[in-house]
Amino acid sequence: MEKGIFEIFGVMSMEPDEIRVGVVRIEGTNCEDETVRAFRMLGVFAEAVHLKQFYSDMIKDGESRSIWDYSCLVFPGGFSAGDYVRAGAIFSARAKSLLRHDLEMFIREGYPVLGICNGFQVLAELGALPGFDEDRPVSDKPEMALAINSSSRFECRQSYLKHENRGKCRFTSEYMKDEIVVFPVAHAEGKVTFPVGREKDFLNLLEENDQIVFRYVDSEGNYSDYPWNPNGSYSNIAGICNVTGNVFGLMPHPERVVNPWQHTDWMRMEREEGDGIRVFRSILKYLEKL
Amino acid sequence: MKYTVDVLISLKKGVLDAEGEATKKALRLLGYKNVERVSSMKVFRIELNAKSREDAEKMLREMCDRMLANPVIQDYEIRWVG
Repeated sequence: MEKGIFEIFGVMSMEPDEIRVGVVRIEGTNCEDETVRAFRMLGVFAEAVHLKQFYSDMIKDGESRSIWDYSCLVFPGGFSAGDYVRAGAIFSARAKSLLRHDLEMFIREGYPVLGICNGFQVLAELGALPGFDEDRPVSDKPEMALAINSSSRFECRQSYLKHENRGKCRFTSEYMKDEIVVFPVAHAEGKVTFPVGREKDFLNLLEENDQIVFRYVDSEGNYSDYPWNPNGSYSNIAGICNVTGNVFGLMPHPERVVNPWQHTDWMRMEREEGDGIRVFRSILKYLEKL
Repeated sequence: MKYTVDVLISLKKGVLDAEGEATKKALRLLGYKNVERVSSMKVFRIELNAKSREDAEKMLREMCDRMLANPVIQDYEIRWVG
């Protein structure tokens, strides 16, 4: 096992009852409840926290929060601020203007930050993903985009994902390499896009750094085009982590398949649990282990 | 001084413009076979106070960099209104 970031920075390991997860919401996010529930199913404290609770002086005493109240932050799915300007642009601008310093410190110290769907868009707009620079975990400008789907439509259905991470990503340690899972997608802007002309360089770097986590595949596990790749993502990328493995963004929704009966084929296929729950378990293992 | 500006956000060359393509297809279906290209753009009309035009432009560029445009896929253009 490689040396954990917590050991390097001296952050102590955590007991399950010390873990506190904050799912950050603003107007228009709509997946915070199921995301909170996924963590609670595993027996840890989780709550939806409005971004305002971090900074506004109009908040009741018992409700104001600091980033440091949490050991894990999640940006949930939804349509934050109505997807105005670009999906995630307004949420990330607000978070950046208020919390950039704290957020960078949080990430540098090794705490996990997860972004699902709209949350992935927020992390990309923030400049926290692809996150190549360990020392500056939030870049000044975005370095990637989640562009409008090639189909120009809202794509909403099950997707097959191949877990390709070799061990860097803290959020998928409970999945085997090359394992295929099913998470639903539901987005209109999810096409992973890197700067024009530099796509190959970005891809090489991501692969070299072990930052690719999930890729869209067909039911046989092969890389395929639309509809298997629902949005036209470059190189079929569905989810990536930063260079230190503690910031992870993905378009599909693991929190929507935490129980077996949430899978569309639940009557035909026996599962002990939903495919997505292990994302949340991986986070807790990571926090507990170190 | 008060200024009124249109900020045009367009997609960079080489980035697929799905909305533009779909619109072009529909226009051609309506019989406008002479339509060769449709590009979608977004316009923000911004009214702001600034000391000078240069000052205003500096601020507007900052706004684009910080939020209105994602430089990976989008270009922006500032047009003075009136």
